[in-house]
Amino acid sequence: MTTKTKRIITILLRLLALGATIAAIVVMVTSHESAQVLNLTFTAKYSNDPVFKYFVVAEAIAGGYSLLVLVLSSKSLLWRLTIILDVVVTALLTSSISAALAIAHVGKKGNSHAGWLPICEQVPKFCDRVTGALIAGFAAAIIYLVLLLYSLHAVLSPIFAVKI
Amino acid sequence: MASENANKPDSKAPMVPSASTKPKNWVLLLLRVVAFCATAAGTIVMALNKETNTFVVATIGSTPIQATLTAKFQHTPAFVFFVIANGVVSFHNLLMISVSIFAGKFNIDYKGLRHGMVAILDMLNVALLSAAVNAAVFMAELGKHGNSHARWNKICDKFETFCSHGGGAIVASYIGLGLMLIISVMSILKLLSPKSTYQVANP
Repeated sequence: MTTKTKRIITILLRLLALGATIAAIVVMVTSHESAQVLNLTFTAKYSNDPVFKYFVVAEAIAGGYSLLVLVLSSKSLLWRLTIILDVVVTALLTSSISAALAIAHVGKKGNSHAGWLPICEQVPKFCDRVTGALIAGFAAAIIYLVLLLYSLHAVLSPIFAVKI
Repeated sequence: MASENANKPDSKAPMVPSASTKPKNWVLLLLRVVAFCATAAGTIVMALNKETNTFVVATIGSTPIQATLTAKFQHTPAFVFFVIANGVVSFHNLLMISVSIFAGKFNIDYKGLRHGMVAILDMLNVALLSAAVNAAVFMAELGKHGNSHARWNKICDKFETFCSHGGGAIVASYIGLGLMLIISVMSILKLLSPKSTYQVANP
């Protein structure tokens, strides 16, 4: 596998991750719904919950970092720093999707021990949009994981070729 | 390309003496031991987290009706994931510590891939730990402050010991996460530096 093929694959993976993070941000930010429950207007927005705000911020940071690396990828002097920052951004992405998933699980199924009722019956469209955003966030995390494994494999392949 | 790499170790300058790598090995080992202690503490404190309280639920006439409620970590899937992930990361750290200590004696190596496997496993464990500890901290925040928009009441005013123990476990796990991040970066740097790739070929 030549260096050029490796570079094309990494650039492609980063572009995919950028697309996934942007999709997650857009779908999450545009999700809001109002419902009438017993004469009370009940608005569900993403900003009601700190977890979803953290999700949007973390995806924005990851997307911005992907864009930066794609734009500056011509200089290959900082490739070690890129791999290290990739580890940090992967941890950030997995943390944001995991936290959002935990709270969304409470919203969908409730928690009978704590007396928390599920809210998805009252605002089904909001729940659907949040599910879509979470799927996009999950895809971004997996793509970054694959990207990191591919970078490490690209470094390791000289070792694979050496016969001991 | 394989023959070029095989020839390079011979033509390179004499190997760097191990005195310069020994301090780095000791630092990595020490960081791993502290990270193991931190994540093991997080696992144990959260796994033993349980509190039972009796409340007056209603009053019929003059006799109060009491209900006994228990708060356990198994009630929330996020905390179950937290306990399991911290256990896995502690086990991984223990394994890596033993591999570092016994690598010289038993010649644990697979075609020179030891450093590569350590780097990849460290990176995967960082992702796992970061997911678990962040899910737990946001669930704890929900339990502490509730959510008025969704009509979810806070539970920390009734179960104070449960909340404080959980908070302590999460703080210990965050320390473990920070250390695991440093360890992972050091493992990857060990892999990427030119000396190590050539040394791996000659054990």
